[in-house]
Amino acid sequence: MTHATARDDLLKGLWKDNPVLVQTLGMCPTLAITNSVENGIAMGVATFFVLVGSSVLVSSLRKLIPNEIRITAYIVIIATFVTVADMVLQAVVPVIHKQLGAFIALIVVNCIILARQEAFAAKNTVWRSFLDAVGMGFGFIIALLLMCAIREVLGNGTFLGHSVFGPNYEPWVIMVLPPGGFFTLGFMLLAIAAWSRRKAPRPLRARPHDVTLQTQKAVV
Amino acid sequence: MGDVLWVFVSSMLVNNFTLIMFLGLCPFLGVSNKVETGIRMGLADIFVLVLTAIAVSFLNRFVLVSAPYLRLIAFIVVIASLVQIVEMAIKKLSPTLFRELGIYLPLITTNCAVLGLAMFQTSRGYNFFEGLAFALGGGLGLMLALVLMASIREHLDLASVPSVLKGVGFVLVLAGTLSLAFMGFAGLFTS
Repeated sequence: MTHATARDDLLKGLWKDNPVLVQTLGMCPTLAITNSVENGIAMGVATFFVLVGSSVLVSSLRKLIPNEIRITAYIVIIATFVTVADMVLQAVVPVIHKQLGAFIALIVVNCIILARQEAFAAKNTVWRSFLDAVGMGFGFIIALLLMCAIREVLGNGTFLGHSVFGPNYEPWVIMVLPPGGFFTLGFMLLAIAAWSRRKAPRPLRARPHDVTLQTQKAVV
Repeated sequence: MGDVLWVFVSSMLVNNFTLIMFLGLCPFLGVSNKVETGIRMGLADIFVLVLTAIAVSFLNRFVLVSAPYLRLIAFIVVIASLVQIVEMAIKKLSPTLFRELGIYLPLITTNCAVLGLAMFQTSRGYNFFEGLAFALGGGLGLMLALVLMASIREHLDLASVPSVLKGVGFVLVLAGTLSLAFMGFAGLFTS
């Protein structure tokens, strides 16, 4: 393993293969709990912990897990880490834990985590899987924070509870309601599509349909 | 009886799994290209959801009373094996149906709607029949959302929209509009 690939493993998750913005995985938490920055941070950190923990464990057990039951084995490993994260959050930040509610448990079925186990940790060394998980975890946190910041600032006029626009601001309530989540992520993805098109105007064919196909394959 | 009906309508329309509670978005974005696949996926979903609701209410009643910290692991293992069993049964009983459902069945294991159903059913303390109504309503709601989205996308494929809009981004914006419409159902139960 050369220096370049190690850096690649770490950095690809941040932007080039960002799990949310490019691979469109893990949509449920991205849309459901991003109505305040506080929730986003808690969710991001919890997912990061679960992702890194299970990637390391899966890659170190990769020669022991029989191929037929690998998915079940991954899910049990992931569920164990999620239970730990759930208990820690409940003990440390009970208010946020209550707001996130069932969505902490739903980290188990976050496709990002299972996809990384299946696509990377199951085939690579512990160190490379660790770097990959850290990169992907940070990529997820970045995407969550972007969503949260846009939704909380526009929908509530605050950032982490501090007022941004002053008392005369009329909040766009819709942004913190469910449709706002769809709109924010939708327009972000559209902006990214338009931007990458401007940068590389030639290959017009590999477009979102291929991306959804890849996503499905990754999940299967 | 009133409670059961309320749970059913509420999980189908007012708190639609996909559009309001953001559960099961991966299949919603992934396989909503055609109405037909949407219906099939929806039926598979309903089937697994109902089975899960039954399994979960038994687990909660008899097994997890003494070990609540094992809840999550127990749920996910039961769901995964349930899907596996259903898959094997269908393969044996009706190979045609198996071929048609093919990829969708294993996908359901990682569908947040199923685990979400189990978690919400537990945290809201639904009894057996309320749980069933919750699963049926939620499943029908999922199917409704899938079919609505698929019919919009079928028309979109024929329309001449700018090519930059032919992607997941635009589907999400459409979903936002649908979600906005479904928020109107919140007024059903104010009185």
